[in-house]
Amino acid sequence: MQLVELLASLLLLLSFAMLAQRRIASLVNLFALQGAVLAASTVAVAASAGLHHLYYSAALTLALKVLLLPYFLRRLIARLDLQWDTETLARIPMQMLAGLGLVIFAFGLAQPISRFGHEITRETLGIAIAMVLLSLLMMIGRRKAVSQVVGFLALENGMVFAATTATQGMPMVVEFGIALDVLVGAVILGVFFFQIREQFDSLELRHLETLKED
Amino acid sequence: MELIALLGLPLLGGAALALWGASPRAAELNALFSLATFVAGGALTARVILGGPLVIGNEQFFIDAFNVFLVALTSLVGLTTALFSRPYMRIETDRGHLSPGRLRLYHSMYQLFMFTMLLALTTNNMGILWVALEAATLTTVLLVSLYRTAASLEAAWKYFILCGVGIAQALFGTILLYFAAERLLGASGGALLWTHLDAVKGQLEPTVLAIAFVFLLVGYGTKVGLVPLHNWLPDAHAEGPTPVSAVLSGLLLNVALYAVVRCKILVVGALHSDLPGRMLMGFGLLSVLVAAFFLWRQRDVKRLFAYSSIEHMGIITFAFGMGGPVANFAALLHMTVHSLTKSAIFFAVGHATQKAGTQNMEDIRGLLLRSPTIGWGLMLGSLAILGMPPFGVFASEFLILTTAMREQPWATPILLLALGVAFGAIFRRVQPMVFGEPHARRLPHSPALLPVFAHLLLVLMLGLYIPGQLAAWYRLAAGLIG
Repeated sequence: MQLVELLASLLLLLSFAMLAQRRIASLVNLFALQGAVLAASTVAVAASAGLHHLYYSAALTLALKVLLLPYFLRRLIARLDLQWDTETLARIPMQMLAGLGLVIFAFGLAQPISRFGHEITRETLGIAIAMVLLSLLMMIGRRKAVSQVVGFLALENGMVFAATTATQGMPMVVEFGIALDVLVGAVILGVFFFQIREQFDSLELRHLETLKED
Repeated sequence: MELIALLGLPLLGGAALALWGASPRAAELNALFSLATFVAGGALTARVILGGPLVIGNEQFFIDAFNVFLVALTSLVGLTTALFSRPYMRIETDRGHLSPGRLRLYHSMYQLFMFTMLLALTTNNMGILWVALEAATLTTVLLVSLYRTAASLEAAWKYFILCGVGIAQALFGTILLYFAAERLLGASGGALLWTHLDAVKGQLEPTVLAIAFVFLLVGYGTKVGLVPLHNWLPDAHAEGPTPVSAVLSGLLLNVALYAVVRCKILVVGALHSDLPGRMLMGFGLLSVLVAAFFLWRQRDVKRLFAYSSIEHMGIITFAFGMGGPVANFAALLHMTVHSLTKSAIFFAVGHATQKAGTQNMEDIRGLLLRSPTIGWGLMLGSLAILGMPPFGVFASEFLILTTAMREQPWATPILLLALGVAFGAIFRRVQPMVFGEPHARRLPHSPALLPVFAHLLLVLMLGLYIPGQLAAWYRLAAGLIG
């Protein structure tokens, strides 16, 4: 029970670390780490609640979020020659403060819901919502395509954490469907990176801001 | 059986066209698969109309009057769009806009998109509904970026990120729904099945469901194109190939709204209040109003009609928000006629832009002199979408307005203002495009005009006379929505 809470706070910490990370290669490492902690927390919930289907869910997270996607992203970064690429993030302290505000908001939002929750996971729903909101904040702040996608995948992590802790996992068929969508989506985005770079010679999103109402 | 065919055929079509999608007969194959899907959809519709709602496939699929009507509409528009895309995509390939590989991608993704739409409509599982809509985003992202131009890549990226983030909110809403239901139904997997949820909706925890509905509405509402979540929609419509614009407007928006309405039924049942209805009305009115004013600023013909889709989705959302038998009836009718009319307009617009070689409305002139059928198609389609009698859009808008006068009188002036503004904006643009002095190119293949006039004829028929059986069917579906 306390293990779940410890892992939950680790997840929140990692969300903040991703918010502040400038180097794209390190961002992928943080994402993989977040996936590993997520899988561990799923196992912890499964063990303490005695739910067998959650082990499959943890295996799915491990395979997808720790091994497959980070491997895929790293290869992409290598092939696009982005190893040493960094974001020019303005005002990291401001982003951190905004993040803190979001965490408080998330706990406020979770309060009326988690009253009805299970014993084991009552406190963690707020953290799941905070993870989702922090990933959104991260996506807003980023100017490069790859880091926006990592933000998107981190948002998905928040969803999975919400599903495991609040409802002790979704039905297996739904979890597989979600995993399939994420995987296909990541592959499509990978193809997209090459097309964007071919078209604009860089992966800066400022090139993608010309379609506007005039 | 019909259901297996309905879902299996487009899936098989997607696989087959991934192999032979670039062959000279690929367009015919695409149309053939769409025709077979349409036949399966018709058979399923007949079965549900005659035999009542179906719950099949280990309770994973649920078909009642409400979604079977959308199944019929979706497979019909899927078929006519496939017919339209045959000459359209040939012209594009001849002009060198598309390589054989891209054509293969297009045909395969078209079928897979139809599969995701039909899966989203027929599934009983709220989780699978989400998975299908997300998969629909993925297939259409590839379709929007088909030309690989700078603008189409930007549109596809924007579409992916905005709809991906939006629909992630809907996933969170679904998790909360499951959270509330699991306490009543147990974790056996039945807790996400809509029929089970509907049976116990009165006992679901109201606070949780209210919060869940906010997430679901924002999530699926992004895909409906409700203001202020609509930013992706005009870009995606304008930059993708025109058959894709037709299915986006004609099918995807409807199916996303279908998801919202399914959620609304559950939440209204749990809350015993009209809060979800009021939220739908608010979003709907805002969309109608904002889209109407944005219509004035458009120069690109496909963007113009994309904003018109936002406006009409707003009207339908507003009508579902009002609720009650008459408003729901009108909303379902409006869904049908909007889908038919808007896809007909996109068919005509597609050929018109190919003739003019541009999407800029200033440069499209005198369609009537050079190609009278395209000109008439565009003119009649525009008059129909603007709610002119005797077309069906007039009937549904009239019903919505009169219901609004009776039940929500405050909203009527806003609706009337927006409809008036939209009328002026579209008419002022379409008139010179159709009349005016011509300068146009010849098309290497004769355009497909059958789909345009077939749709307009159906819309005209719905405006003049709704067959008794169809009306009874709409009433049944309207009653289900509550």
